[in-house]
Amino acid sequence: MIAPIAVAAAAFALSFGVLARSAGMGWVAPLVMSATTFAGSAQFAVVSVLNGAGSAAAAIAAAVMLNARYAPIGISIASSFRGPAPRRLVQSQLIVDESWAMTLRRRGGFDVHVLLGAGGLLYLAWNAGTLLGLVLGAVVGDPNRLGLDAAFPALFLALLLPQLRSGRAVSAALLGGGIALVLIPFSPAGIPIIAGAGAALLGSGTK
Amino acid sequence: MSAVWISVIAVGAATVALKAVGPVLLGQRPLPSWLAGPVALLAPAVLAAFVVTAAVGGDRAIVADARLVGVGAGAIAIALRAPILAVVVVAAAAAAVARLIT
Repeated sequence: MIAPIAVAAAAFALSFGVLARSAGMGWVAPLVMSATTFAGSAQFAVVSVLNGAGSAAAAIAAAVMLNARYAPIGISIASSFRGPAPRRLVQSQLIVDESWAMTLRRRGGFDVHVLLGAGGLLYLAWNAGTLLGLVLGAVVGDPNRLGLDAAFPALFLALLLPQLRSGRAVSAALLGGGIALVLIPFSPAGIPIIAGAGAALLGSGTK
Repeated sequence: MSAVWISVIAVGAATVALKAVGPVLLGQRPLPSWLAGPVALLAPAVLAAFVVTAAVGGDRAIVADARLVGVGAGAIAIALRAPILAVVVVAAAAAAVARLIT
Protein backbone atom coordinates (compact mmCIF):
# COMPACT_ATOMS: atom_id res chain seq x y z
CA MET A 1 0.00 0.00 0.00
CA ILE A 2 2.87 2.37 0.72
CA ALA A 3 4.67 2.00 -2.64
CA PRO A 4 2.00 3.69 -4.82
CA ILE A 5 1.66 6.47 -2.25
CA ALA A 6 5.44 7.02 -2.26
CA VAL A 7 5.37 7.26 -6.08
CA ALA A 8 2.50 9.75 -5.87
CA ALA A 9 4.43 11.77 -3.27
CA ALA A 10 7.51 11.85 -5.52
CA ALA A 11 5.36 13.02 -8.44
CA PHE A 12 3.75 15.68 -6.24
CA ALA A 13 7.20 16.84 -5.07
CA LEU A 14 8.33 16.91 -8.69
CA SER A 15 5.64 19.47 -9.50
CA PHE A 16 6.76 21.46 -6.43
CA GLY A 17 10.35 21.48 -7.77
CA VAL A 18 9.25 22.60 -11.25
CA LEU A 19 6.99 25.39 -9.92
CA ALA A 20 9.51 26.59 -7.29
CA ARG A 21 12.25 26.75 -9.92
CA SER A 22 10.10 28.70 -12.39
CA ALA A 23 8.96 31.04 -9.58
CA GLY A 24 12.63 32.03 -9.12
CA MET A 25 13.29 30.37 -5.76
CA GLY A 26 16.66 29.06 -6.92
CA TRP A 27 18.06 25.59 -6.17
CA VAL A 28 18.91 25.46 -2.50
CA ALA A 29 15.83 27.08 -0.89
CA PRO A 30 13.32 24.56 -2.35
CA LEU A 31 15.56 21.66 -1.26
CA VAL A 32 15.87 23.05 2.27
CA MET A 33 12.13 23.59 2.31
CA SER A 34 11.30 20.02 1.32
CA ALA A 35 13.77 18.70 3.94
CA THR A 36 12.42 20.84 6.80
CA THR A 37 8.76 21.59 6.05
CA PHE A 38 7.91 18.26 4.36
CA ALA A 39 4.24 19.21 3.78
CA GLY A 40 2.95 19.69 0.24
CA SER A 41 0.15 22.24 0.51
CA ALA A 42 2.18 24.65 2.67
CA GLN A 43 5.16 24.47 0.32
CA PHE A 44 2.97 25.21 -2.70
CA ALA A 45 1.35 28.03 -0.74
CA VAL A 46 4.72 29.73 -0.22
CA VAL A 47 5.63 29.38 -3.91
CA SER A 48 2.22 30.67 -4.96
CA VAL A 49 2.25 33.75 -2.71
CA LEU A 50 5.87 34.71 -3.53
CA ASN A 51 5.28 34.08 -7.25
CA GLY A 52 2.30 36.47 -7.09
CA ALA A 53 4.56 39.21 -5.62
CA GLY A 54 3.14 38.68 -2.12
CA SER A 55 5.25 39.45 0.97
CA ALA A 56 7.20 36.93 3.03
CA ALA A 57 4.83 37.63 5.94
CA ALA A 58 1.80 36.66 3.84
CA ALA A 59 3.54 33.50 2.58
CA ILE A 60 4.51 32.47 6.12
CA ALA A 61 1.03 33.17 7.55
CA ALA A 62 -0.68 31.15 4.81
CA ALA A 63 1.69 28.19 5.19
CA VAL A 64 1.46 28.15 8.98
CA MET A 65 -2.34 28.14 8.82
CA LEU A 66 -2.23 25.21 6.41
CA ASN A 67 0.12 23.30 8.71
CA ALA A 68 -1.74 24.17 11.91
CA ARG A 69 -3.52 20.81 11.55
CA TYR A 70 -0.29 19.03 12.49
CA ALA A 71 -0.64 20.20 16.09
CA PRO A 72 -3.89 18.27 16.74
CA ILE A 73 -2.71 15.36 14.54
CA GLY A 74 0.50 15.11 16.56
CA ILE A 75 -1.38 15.43 19.84
CA SER A 76 -3.81 12.69 18.80
CA ILE A 77 -0.96 10.16 18.56
CA ALA A 78 1.41 11.69 21.12
CA SER A 79 1.09 8.86 23.62
CA SER A 80 2.47 6.30 21.10
CA PHE A 81 5.91 7.88 20.93
CA ARG A 82 8.60 6.40 23.17
CA GLY A 83 12.11 7.38 24.19
CA PRO A 84 13.85 10.64 25.13
CA ALA A 85 12.60 14.03 23.88
CA PRO A 86 15.21 14.55 21.09
CA ARG A 87 14.28 11.17 19.61
CA ARG A 88 10.55 11.96 19.79
CA LEU A 89 11.30 15.32 18.12
CA VAL A 90 12.99 13.64 15.15
CA GLN A 91 10.32 10.94 14.89
CA SER A 92 7.48 13.46 15.02
CA GLN A 93 8.81 15.07 11.82
CA LEU A 94 7.70 11.97 9.89
CA ILE A 95 4.07 12.84 10.63
CA VAL A 96 2.37 13.76 7.36
CA ASP A 97 -1.25 13.31 6.34
CA GLU A 98 -0.54 10.08 4.46
CA SER A 99 1.66 8.36 7.04
CA TRP A 100 -0.80 9.27 9.80
CA ALA A 101 -3.84 8.03 7.84
CA MET A 102 -2.08 4.81 6.90
CA THR A 103 -1.26 4.11 10.51
CA LEU A 104 -4.84 4.65 11.64
CA ARG A 105 -6.17 2.18 9.12
CA ARG A 106 -4.42 -0.69 10.89
CA ARG A 107 -6.60 -2.51 13.37
CA GLY A 108 -5.88 -2.45 17.09
CA GLY A 109 -4.92 1.16 17.60
CA PHE A 110 -1.98 3.25 16.55
CA ASP A 111 1.37 1.66 15.67
CA VAL A 112 4.23 4.15 15.72
CA HIS A 113 6.45 1.81 13.66
CA VAL A 114 4.04 2.00 10.73
CA LEU A 115 4.20 5.78 10.98
CA LEU A 116 8.00 5.76 10.99
CA GLY A 117 8.29 3.30 8.10
CA ALA A 118 5.72 4.98 5.90
CA GLY A 119 6.83 8.48 6.88
CA GLY A 120 10.49 7.65 6.24
CA LEU A 121 9.78 6.32 2.76
CA LEU A 122 7.58 9.32 1.97
CA TYR A 123 10.37 11.62 3.20
CA LEU A 124 12.90 10.07 0.79
CA ALA A 125 10.41 10.17 -2.11
CA TRP A 126 9.52 13.79 -1.30
CA ASN A 127 13.11 15.05 -1.37
CA ALA A 128 14.15 13.01 -4.41
CA GLY A 129 11.08 14.25 -6.29
CA THR A 130 11.90 17.85 -5.38
CA LEU A 131 15.44 17.53 -6.74
CA LEU A 132 14.16 15.96 -9.97
CA GLY A 133 11.59 18.75 -10.35
CA LEU A 134 14.26 21.43 -9.89
CA VAL A 135 16.36 19.88 -12.66
CA LEU A 136 13.30 19.63 -14.90
CA GLY A 137 12.17 23.18 -14.05
CA ALA A 138 15.52 24.61 -15.16
CA VAL A 139 14.97 23.34 -18.72
CA VAL A 140 11.25 24.16 -18.90
CA GLY A 141 11.60 27.84 -19.86
CA ASP A 142 8.97 30.58 -19.55
CA PRO A 143 6.51 29.19 -16.99
CA ASN A 144 3.46 31.22 -17.96
CA ARG A 145 3.72 30.40 -21.67
CA LEU A 146 3.54 26.76 -20.58
CA GLY A 147 0.48 27.45 -18.45
CA LEU A 148 2.19 26.72 -15.14
CA ASP A 149 0.24 29.60 -13.53
CA ALA A 150 -2.90 27.53 -14.16
CA ALA A 151 -1.29 24.56 -12.42
CA PHE A 152 -1.57 26.28 -9.02
CA PRO A 153 -5.37 26.65 -8.78
CA ALA A 154 -5.87 23.14 -10.18
CA LEU A 155 -3.45 21.78 -7.61
CA PHE A 156 -5.11 23.59 -4.70
CA LEU A 157 -8.49 22.34 -5.95
CA ALA A 158 -7.16 18.77 -5.92
CA LEU A 159 -5.93 19.30 -2.34
CA LEU A 160 -9.18 20.94 -1.23
CA LEU A 161 -11.68 18.31 -2.37
CA PRO A 162 -10.55 15.51 0.01
CA GLN A 163 -10.90 18.02 2.88
CA LEU A 164 -14.64 18.50 2.29
CA ARG A 165 -15.78 15.62 4.48
CA SER A 166 -18.31 17.50 6.60
CA GLY A 167 -20.91 20.24 6.23
CA ARG A 168 -18.75 22.50 8.37
CA ALA A 169 -15.76 21.94 6.10
CA VAL A 170 -17.87 22.79 3.02
CA SER A 171 -19.20 26.00 4.56
CA ALA A 172 -15.69 26.98 5.72
CA ALA A 173 -14.41 26.42 2.17
CA LEU A 174 -17.26 28.40 0.56
CA LEU A 175 -16.76 31.24 3.04
CA GLY A 176 -12.98 31.19 2.65
CA GLY A 177 -13.21 31.29 -1.15
CA GLY A 178 -15.91 33.98 -1.06
CA ILE A 179 -13.98 36.25 1.31
CA ALA A 180 -10.84 35.91 -0.83
CA LEU A 181 -12.77 36.73 -4.02
CA VAL A 182 -14.29 39.88 -2.52
CA LEU A 183 -10.92 41.10 -1.19
CA ILE A 184 -8.79 40.49 -4.32
CA PRO A 185 -9.48 43.95 -5.88
CA PHE A 186 -8.85 45.81 -2.62
CA SER A 187 -5.79 44.24 -0.98
CA PRO A 188 -2.20 43.25 -1.78
CA ALA A 189 -1.36 39.64 -2.70
CA GLY A 190 -1.62 37.21 0.21
CA ILE A 191 -4.08 39.23 2.30
CA PRO A 192 -7.21 37.65 0.72
CA ILE A 193 -5.85 34.23 1.73
CA ILE A 194 -5.21 35.24 5.34
CA ALA A 195 -8.68 36.84 5.54
CA GLY A 196 -10.16 33.71 4.00
CA ALA A 197 -8.72 31.72 6.90
CA GLY A 198 -11.04 33.71 9.17
CA ALA A 199 -13.79 31.62 7.61
CA ALA A 200 -12.54 28.71 9.71
CA LEU A 201 -13.63 30.56 12.84
CA LEU A 202 -17.00 31.53 11.34
CA GLY A 203 -17.52 28.05 9.89
CA SER A 204 -16.92 26.33 13.21
CA GLY A 205 -19.84 28.28 14.66
CA THR A 206 -22.29 26.71 12.18
CA LYS A 207 -23.92 23.33 12.56
CA MET B 1 17.92 38.08 3.65
CA SER B 2 15.58 37.54 0.70
CA ALA B 3 11.84 36.96 1.04
CA VAL B 4 12.39 33.41 -0.24
CA TRP B 5 14.85 32.49 2.53
CA ILE B 6 12.88 34.24 5.27
CA SER B 7 9.79 32.26 4.20
CA VAL B 8 11.63 28.94 3.89
CA ILE B 9 13.28 29.21 7.32
CA ALA B 10 10.21 30.53 9.16
CA VAL B 11 7.81 27.99 7.64
CA GLY B 12 10.29 25.15 8.23
CA ALA B 13 10.76 26.10 11.89
CA ALA B 14 7.02 26.56 12.47
CA THR B 15 6.20 23.21 10.87
CA VAL B 16 8.82 21.35 12.91
CA ALA B 17 7.33 22.91 16.06
CA LEU B 18 3.71 22.14 15.07
CA LYS B 19 4.50 18.48 14.38
CA ALA B 20 6.57 18.11 17.56
CA VAL B 21 4.27 19.85 20.04
CA GLY B 22 2.18 16.73 20.75
CA PRO B 23 4.83 13.97 20.81
CA VAL B 24 7.49 16.07 22.63
CA LEU B 25 5.54 18.26 25.05
CA LEU B 26 1.97 17.24 25.61
CA GLY B 27 1.90 13.51 26.05
CA GLN B 28 -1.71 12.41 26.38
CA ARG B 29 -3.45 15.74 26.98
CA PRO B 30 -6.00 16.46 24.19
CA LEU B 31 -6.40 19.77 22.36
CA PRO B 32 -9.12 21.92 24.03
CA SER B 33 -12.36 21.68 22.03
CA TRP B 34 -12.71 25.44 21.50
CA LEU B 35 -9.40 25.28 19.61
CA ALA B 36 -9.86 21.91 17.89
CA GLY B 37 -12.93 23.02 15.89
CA PRO B 38 -11.39 26.05 14.14
CA VAL B 39 -8.05 24.26 13.60
CA ALA B 40 -9.81 21.43 11.75
CA LEU B 41 -11.47 23.95 9.44
CA LEU B 42 -8.32 25.97 8.66
CA ALA B 43 -7.17 23.70 5.82
CA PRO B 44 -10.44 23.76 3.78
CA ALA B 45 -10.87 27.54 4.31
CA VAL B 46 -7.30 28.40 3.33
CA LEU B 47 -7.17 25.98 0.39
CA ALA B 48 -10.43 27.41 -1.01
CA ALA B 49 -9.00 30.93 -0.69
CA PHE B 50 -5.94 29.69 -2.61
CA VAL B 51 -8.05 28.18 -5.39
CA VAL B 52 -9.83 31.51 -5.89
CA THR B 53 -6.77 33.79 -5.71
CA ALA B 54 -4.64 31.54 -7.92
CA ALA B 55 -7.45 31.19 -10.50
CA VAL B 56 -8.66 34.79 -10.88
CA GLY B 57 -6.32 36.94 -8.77
CA GLY B 58 -4.49 39.78 -10.56
CA ASP B 59 -2.74 42.96 -9.46
CA ARG B 60 -5.58 44.27 -7.27
CA ALA B 61 -8.12 43.10 -9.85
CA ILE B 62 -10.14 40.00 -10.69
CA VAL B 63 -8.75 38.68 -13.97
CA ALA B 64 -10.44 36.03 -16.13
CA ASP B 65 -7.83 34.56 -18.49
CA ALA B 66 -6.42 31.26 -19.78
CA ARG B 67 -5.96 30.08 -16.17
CA LEU B 68 -9.72 29.42 -15.99
CA VAL B 69 -9.45 27.07 -18.97
CA GLY B 70 -6.63 25.30 -17.16
CA VAL B 71 -8.58 25.00 -13.90
CA GLY B 72 -11.60 23.64 -15.78
CA ALA B 73 -9.45 21.00 -17.47
CA GLY B 74 -7.83 20.21 -14.12
CA ALA B 75 -11.25 19.81 -12.49
CA ILE B 76 -12.22 17.28 -15.16
CA ALA B 77 -8.97 15.39 -14.52
CA ILE B 78 -9.75 15.39 -10.76
CA ALA B 79 -13.28 14.09 -11.46
CA LEU B 80 -11.73 11.27 -13.50
CA ARG B 81 -9.57 10.40 -10.45
CA ALA B 82 -6.33 11.29 -12.20
CA PRO B 83 -3.19 11.38 -10.01
CA ILE B 84 -2.14 14.83 -8.83
CA LEU B 85 0.79 15.17 -11.25
CA ALA B 86 -1.56 14.43 -14.17
CA VAL B 87 -3.98 17.10 -12.88
CA VAL B 88 -1.15 19.65 -12.83
CA VAL B 89 0.08 18.72 -16.32
CA VAL B 90 -3.44 18.74 -17.82
CA ALA B 91 -4.22 22.17 -16.29
CA ALA B 92 -0.94 23.68 -17.50
CA ALA B 93 -1.28 22.20 -21.00
CA ALA B 94 -4.89 23.41 -21.38
CA ALA B 95 -3.94 26.94 -20.33
CA ALA B 96 -0.95 26.93 -22.70
CA VAL B 97 -3.14 25.80 -25.61
CA ALA B 98 -5.74 28.46 -24.74
CA ARG B 99 -2.98 31.11 -24.84
CA LEU B 100 -1.75 29.89 -28.22
CA ILE B 101 -5.23 30.11 -29.72
CA THR B 102 -6.29 33.50 -28.31
